[in-house]
This record gives sequence, C-alpha cells and structure tokens, in this order.
Amino acid sequence: MQREYLRQLPSHQRGPMTRGFAWKLHIDPPLLIGLLLIMGFGLFILYSASGEHADTLARQGFRFGAGFAAMFVLAQIPPRTYRFWTPVVFAIGLVMLILVLLVGTEAKGAQRWLSLPGIGRFQPSEIMKIACPAMMAWYFRERALPPKLKDIAAGLLIALLPALLIGKQPDLGTALLIAAAGLLALFMAGLSWRIILLAVIIAAVAAPLMYNFVLHDYQRNRVDTFLNPEADPLGTGWNIIQSKTAIGSGGLDGKGWLNGTQSRLDFLPESHTDFIFAVLAEELGLLGILALLGLYLFIIGRGLWISLQAQDVYSRLLGGSLTLTFFIYVFVNIGMVSGLLPVVGVPLPLVSYGGTSIVTLLASFGILMSIQTHRRLIAGTSSGI
Amino acid sequence: MRSHIHLRDHHREGQIFSNRLVAAIILVVLMTLILIGRMVWLQWAQYERFAILSEENRLQTQALAPPRGLIVDRRGAVLADNRPDFSLTVVPEQVKDIDATLAKISELIELNDEDVDRFLKIVRSRRRPWDPVPLRGRMNDEDLALIASSLHELPGVRISAEAIRRYPYDDLFSHVLGYVNRINVDDQARMDEASVANYAGTHFYGRTGVERYYENMLHGQVGYRKVETNARGRVLQVVEEQPPIPGTDLHLFLDLRTQKAAWDALGNRRGAVVAIDPRDGGVLAFVSRPGFNPNLFVTGISHKDYSGYREDHDRPLFNRALQGQYPPGSTLKPLIGLAGLQYDATNWSRTIRDPGIFKLPDTKRTYRDWKRGGHGIVDLHTAIVQSCDVYFYDTGVKLGIDNYHEFLDKFSLGRLTGIDIPGEVSGNLPSREWKRGARREAWFHGDTVNASIGQGYVLATPVQLALSTAMIARNGVHLTPRVALENNVIVPGMDVNLKHPNDWARMHSAMEDVIHGARGTARVVGYGSKYRVAGKTGTAQVFSVAEDEEYDESEISERLRDHALFIAYAPADNPAIAIAVLVENGSHGGSTAGPVARAVMDAWLLNKNGELDVPPPLAETVQAQNTATSETPKKSADAGSPTP
Repeated sequence: MQREYLRQLPSHQRGPMTRGFAWKLHIDPPLLIGLLLIMGFGLFILYSASGEHADTLARQGFRFGAGFAAMFVLAQIPPRTYRFWTPVVFAIGLVMLILVLLVGTEAKGAQRWLSLPGIGRFQPSEIMKIACPAMMAWYFRERALPPKLKDIAAGLLIALLPALLIGKQPDLGTALLIAAAGLLALFMAGLSWRIILLAVIIAAVAAPLMYNFVLHDYQRNRVDTFLNPEADPLGTGWNIIQSKTAIGSGGLDGKGWLNGTQSRLDFLPESHTDFIFAVLAEELGLLGILALLGLYLFIIGRGLWISLQAQDVYSRLLGGSLTLTFFIYVFVNIGMVSGLLPVVGVPLPLVSYGGTSIVTLLASFGILMSIQTHRRLIAGTSSGI
Repeated sequence: MRSHIHLRDHHREGQIFSNRLVAAIILVVLMTLILIGRMVWLQWAQYERFAILSEENRLQTQALAPPRGLIVDRRGAVLADNRPDFSLTVVPEQVKDIDATLAKISELIELNDEDVDRFLKIVRSRRRPWDPVPLRGRMNDEDLALIASSLHELPGVRISAEAIRRYPYDDLFSHVLGYVNRINVDDQARMDEASVANYAGTHFYGRTGVERYYENMLHGQVGYRKVETNARGRVLQVVEEQPPIPGTDLHLFLDLRTQKAAWDALGNRRGAVVAIDPRDGGVLAFVSRPGFNPNLFVTGISHKDYSGYREDHDRPLFNRALQGQYPPGSTLKPLIGLAGLQYDATNWSRTIRDPGIFKLPDTKRTYRDWKRGGHGIVDLHTAIVQSCDVYFYDTGVKLGIDNYHEFLDKFSLGRLTGIDIPGEVSGNLPSREWKRGARREAWFHGDTVNASIGQGYVLATPVQLALSTAMIARNGVHLTPRVALENNVIVPGMDVNLKHPNDWARMHSAMEDVIHGARGTARVVGYGSKYRVAGKTGTAQVFSVAEDEEYDESEISERLRDHALFIAYAPADNPAIAIAVLVENGSHGGSTAGPVARAVMDAWLLNKNGELDVPPPLAETVQAQNTATSETPKKSADAGSPTP
C-alpha cells in the first residue's frame, strides 16, 4: 500500500526503497568508485610525472587519505545542518578573506595564506569554494524561482564579493572559479536566458577594459602569452609551447608510460602539478585522454544525478553547482595546458600533485554523498528551516 | 498578486531545475567535445609537427672534429702533431648574462680583448646551438685551479680539453709548414655549404704554408654524435655516433737533418736556402731566416708577440725563399751561356778580350766588369769559372732579349714554379712586351746588357733559382718542386732540348771548375769535400753604383751591401741535390753563401760517419716500403708501379 503510493510520486520526491550497508555509512558507491578510479589513474600518472619519485606518491596518497576522511565525516552530516550553518560559515569566510589581505602570509608574490596558531597555514579561499555556492543555495532556498531581479542582484553580490577579495590577493584563477561556482548556482536556480545572454555581451565588452585597467602586470603577461606564445619562446611562452609539444607528440596511443621525453627530460615545466595533463597526453596519447575524460564525465554525471534526486532546493542548487564547478576545474586546466585558455594556475582535479584543493574537492563530494544518503522516504513539502 | 510571491509552485521549481540540469549536461558535453576536438587537433592533425618538435628538443647533434693529419719528414720525424690543450669554453645557451659571466671570469684569470672580441663575434654569429664556444686557450695549472674552484658559480662555463697543433721544432720549419690558427667567421663565410658542415666541429684552420696548401687533406671528415639531452643541455645518452675520419698524414720530401743544417749555416744572417732533389723535384730543405715560432699563432698570438714580429726590421714573417725577389746576378750566367749556345750567339771555342769594361756600339755608355782591369782573353768555360761579366755582356747583346726570354722562360724564371706552398710569387723575366706594359718604355740594348749578368730587371726567387739549378743538373728535364709526397698537381712545362746535347756536359764541367778549378770563384766550397760539386756564385746589387764610381764596401752600411748568392748541385756526376742560397747583404756569393750550401750538401749526402752515402729518392723509398707491406702484387700493379 505504502509502496504503491511511493511509486506514484515523482522521482525527486521519492527516497530509495532499499537501503544497504553503504547507505548507512552515508556513502554513494558509484561516486566512490569513480573517485577511486580517477585517483588511482592520477597516482599512476604522477609516478611518471614526478620522475618515479615514491616520496611524492606517498605524500599525495596521504593527502588523498586526509581528503577521504573529510569526505566521510562531511557525508555523515545531514544537509539541513549545512543549510543551518551556511550563512555563518560564509560570513567567517569573508572575514578571513579580509584578514588575509591585512595580515596574510605572502608566497610567490601573492598573499593567499592565513597562519593560524596550532593549525598551520591554510587558504581561506578554499573554504569559499564550497561556502559561496552554498550561500547562493541558501539564499534561494525559499525564494520563488525563477529569481526576481532583486534576488539576482543579491546573488551577484554573494558570488562577486568573495571573488573580488580573492582577486585582490591577487589570485585571479581562484577568484574566477569561485565566482563561477556562485554563478552556476544562480544558473541552476533558473536565471533567465536573456540575462545570461546580456551578461555574456557585457563580459565581451568589458574584457578589453579589464585587461587595460584592472589586471596586474603578471596577469596581463599571461594573457599576452596565451594570445601569442611564440613571441617569447624561451621566456613566458616556454610553458605553453612545451606543453603543446608534449600533448601533440603523444599522438593517438602515446609514447608509453614512463617514456614521455618532454616531461622526463625537464622540457615540460610544472609537470607534476598544473601541467600533469600534458604528461598523460604525451605518454598515453589520445586514448589515455579519452579514458580520463570518461572517468570525469562519469563522476559529473553521478553528481548531477544526485542533484536531480535531491529533495529540497538548497541541496539541488548546492549539489548541482559543486558538480559543475568540478567540471569547470577540469575544463579550465585542460584548456590552459592545451593552449585554449590563458595559464591561470588551476590544477587538474584529483590528478595534479599537492595543494589544499584535493581536500576541498573530496569534501565537496562528501557533501554530495550527504545529499544523496540523507534523503527521506517522502520529500517534505516545505524546504524551510 | 502579492499572495503569489508566498505561494510556491514546487512542481514548477522542479521543472525549472530539471531543465537547467539538462542545459548544464548539454553544456558539459559540448565543452568536453571542445576539449576532445582540441586533442584531436594537437595529437592527430598536428602530430607530425609536434613529434618533430619533441625530437628536436630531445636530440642534439654534436659535430666531432676529426684529428688533423700529422706532418712528417721523409724519414718519419714528426714536424707537426696534435696535443691536448685545456681551454675555457662557454655554452651561450646556458648563460643568462654573457657580460656578467665574462666579468666574473676576468676577475679570476686574465682575459685579453682579442679573446673576448673573437668570442663575442662567434656568439653573435649564426652557429650551432649548444655548441661550446672557445673563450681562452693555453690554460696553465694555476688558471685551471682558479676556474675549477669557481665553476659552480659559472653555469655554462666549462673547461674542455681539445687537440691543438704543435710544432716540435718551433721556428725551424716555420716558413714551409706555416701554421694553423683558430677558424673564424670569415673563413666560414668563404666556404661552400658542404665545407661548412665538414668544419662544424673544427676549431683550427691552416693559415699559411703547407698547413694551408694541404688543408683539405689534413683536415679529414667530420663525424657526428646524436645525443639525448635534457632541457639544460646535459647529455644523458649517446643515441647514434658516426666517428670522424682523421685527416691524412702528410709525408714531406723535407729532411730534418738537411733543414737543420741549412738553418744553422745561415745563422743569424737574413737569407734563404732552398734545396731540391733533382731526381724527383722533392724539396729537401726550405729555410728563410729569420723565422718565427708557429706555436705562438695556434691559439691566437698575443698583441705583443705579433707586433714584435711586425716591427722587426729583419721581417721574420716574410718568406724570403718563396716571396723574396732578388736579382739573380751571376748565378744566371750558366743559363745565359746555354742560351748563347742554343741560339749561336757564342760557342765553346769563341774567345773575347776583356779589358774590364764593355761598350755598346753606337753609345757612349760603358759597363764595368766586377774585376778591375778585366780577365784578359776568355772563352765561355773561363767566363763561367771566373764569372767574367764582359763575356756575358757580349753574348747577351748577340743573343738579344727575345731569345734570352724564350730560353730562360723554360726554366720557370718569371713564372710560378708550382711549389706546394701558397703565396708563391713569379719574380720577373723581362721582355720587350713586359717593359712596354710595365714601364711604358721601349727595350734598350743597355737593358739587355744588364740582364745578361742577371741584374737590371731580372728578379728571381730562391725557389726558382734552386729549380733552374736542378733542371741544369738534370740536362733540362722539367721539374716541379714538391714539398709533400702526396702532391699530385702537375705543373705544365716542357723539357729543355739543346741543339747540341753535349753542351750540358760542358756547362756542368765549367760549373764544376767554379768549385774545383784553380781559379774558380767558389773554391772554398769544394775544400776537402768527399764529392764533386758544380755551382756558380753570384751577387745581387741592392744599391746601384754609378758607372764609373768606386764601390767601397766598408764605407756603406751593412744594409746596402750586395746580396750574396750561390747555386750548386752535387754530386756532380750523379746529382742528388740542387741548392740555391741567398744571404741578404752578404756581399760575396762564394765566401758567404757558398759555405752555407756546402753544409747543406754535406748534411744530405754524407752519413753520420762523414762518408758519402747518397739517400735514394723518396718515391723509391716509399715504393720499397709499399712493396714490402702490400700483400697482393696485383694491388701494386694497379697503383701504376712499373713492371720489372
């Protein structure tokens, strides 16, 4: 009787009828398998890219462990708790971003780090990668969709305020990614296509102005290099020329694992961090790339499926934007390594070596798992607190 | 309307979200297709291009310089070889700031401007990337230690050992061997494409002398080594190697002992000695003094050393034997005598009376004999033995300049002998045409008179004099002087055929009496000799003396004294050496140049015990060696050796 009723409900209002062991651990097995496969693939490439350095592999493995722990813990927390704490975390994030600008630690010409006694250094912008789309989801959770003009303005503020603070550090890449994460939530909320079109036109007009009046010199250099890498082949253009050479010389099936000359003879810079994709492309060729993209698409597909199944607006918007942000990372990294986009220092998610980004990424998948495994049998009619 | 805001349409919201999700999926798929398209473009469409770029990154081709051929004398003594020298080289690709690096190096060791200029010139020219560019050679132990201890602060700077040329006998062979020095941009500009490739790894180039003439042979063929390097140019492995083909060793006709004798006999006087083996044209000794030390030039001569040579009044860089043009004086008399016989201007029985002066008919001008009062009644034999000027004035005028020119021309006078040393000059054998062209004047009888005793417009180099002497010794057989056995350049020329072949023997006998006769002008040469010598003395005027003025040699400065000349061949009955000696400002051919010739002939013809032991011609020696070593007789037949 009850089952019959449930069957008649639309899928997003209906919880799973069988709950297994994984469900009780709040783990989504398809997502977990996808993540494990891609991280295994990543370690495989990293072994070659680091010059068969077991230490590097061990440190990366340790980060994966930490990330998995964060993912598992976050998966236990129900979405309503996230929803409750979202404004607080967002506010704390903003405060820390301001603190970074005032008392942050400088590294490589940018103030990105905040030193906390006892905890060590960390980048507050990493928090924002989740807090910003979450805040957007929180804001639109009980407002009528599609959003009204006033709400759009508020949404823009939520997306652009942290982005501006991060851009000030300056860390253009992260700023753009966080803005993108927020704006993706806005898009999922049903932002009118007309406004999107208008925004694209404004961006196209604003880009040259930004280039001339807003960007720092080093950022302008990156854009120049992107537009014409051959202008200074031994200087700023070196990275992108060597990276394209590595990818192109890989051909269909690559030069073979551990046999990439570009990376192993040091022609390819940052081969185990931002440019690791070029190592993969050189050694495993187009087939290896298709395998990697297949794994990414599988994870993204699963993330979107979870978002579709989510039972409240907050979860849907947050899940959707986190998943799409993940895709943006993939796209921007591969785009920059292959010369489609300027070099902006975005790592290839779960494959590039190092950074807090691995923990943040796995944490966001923890939230997705939470959304998936905390669904009630019948979705509530109210998504209010 | 207001109530609508609070009423939520969950179904519609779900619909919106689903639609946006579908739009997002479409976007994700499209963007993924863009990435895949990009990869297909790079890895499939552009694969060839990037594969080549990647290979070019990885593989560097290094040129391997061939070891330069050795130069040995006829008995195998090494006259030029290669030894390791430590030099400082820089790979410009690995240096961030060339000027700063140069400044740092010059704080440690001495760098002169020439080194730096040459270095920068190469760096700025079109060259093979990653090739080390030499900066300074001749690093001594102290320099090596200083640089080696700071090498870590000098990326791209290396100490490298390279083989450099060494001339063990210093100045002894300077004017015949010449020298090599660093190859420069101009040398490369003159080369064709193939040569530029062949010299890709070579740092030295034959500059003068035999080193220059046989550059192609001595250099050899460049080799290549394909190496895999990393981005910093460090060689990781050798992928492919084609070793260079070493340069050919050069065997010279020169004889170390004879050369040394000539060198020592000249002593500190300025002069030249050229000795030729009349049997094959091989040059046995080739000396011009003063000489220079060719070792100083190899890695770049210092300014001080160079200006020392340039400013020396004795002109040590001037190759007197090859480029010095002197009036041959009386050494030309045997040839003029032969010309007179050939054209019936004289014969062996004709005599004239020599009163000490010669008057041309129709003019008042008189020409003096070197001997005051004259030689009395003289025939051709006596005129040669005593070097009677008036006899040859008379013969010359009867002969006429046209016949004179035609005959002497056959002995390579006035033309290049074709000796295998670059820079030879032709001297001058005057003729009517020559005077009209060069002096815009008609030929006068007086010119013929002067030419008849080898003065006036006649100029010859010591090489020409030695060659014509060798041809006299060989009864007019045409010869080309050769320094190296490997020379196969045939200089066209015809043998001299006399109307009366017996005239050769009679001239030989007259020349023998110059040395061994009771009244010969070079009796000093023949004193105590174990073999018979035939020769002729000569003096070449440096300073013209007015016709009736007395010439007092003690009053004029040493530099204005006559040059002493002497030509000879020996043994007279079976000549194995023909020689020309010039001593600048040496006054008398017989007394100054003669003993030099005797020392050289002794060195060649006598063995260590002082016994006459005439060495065989080099070709026979080599042939004997070849037959001894060759296993198949057919091979030597192919090589064109005469059948027994």
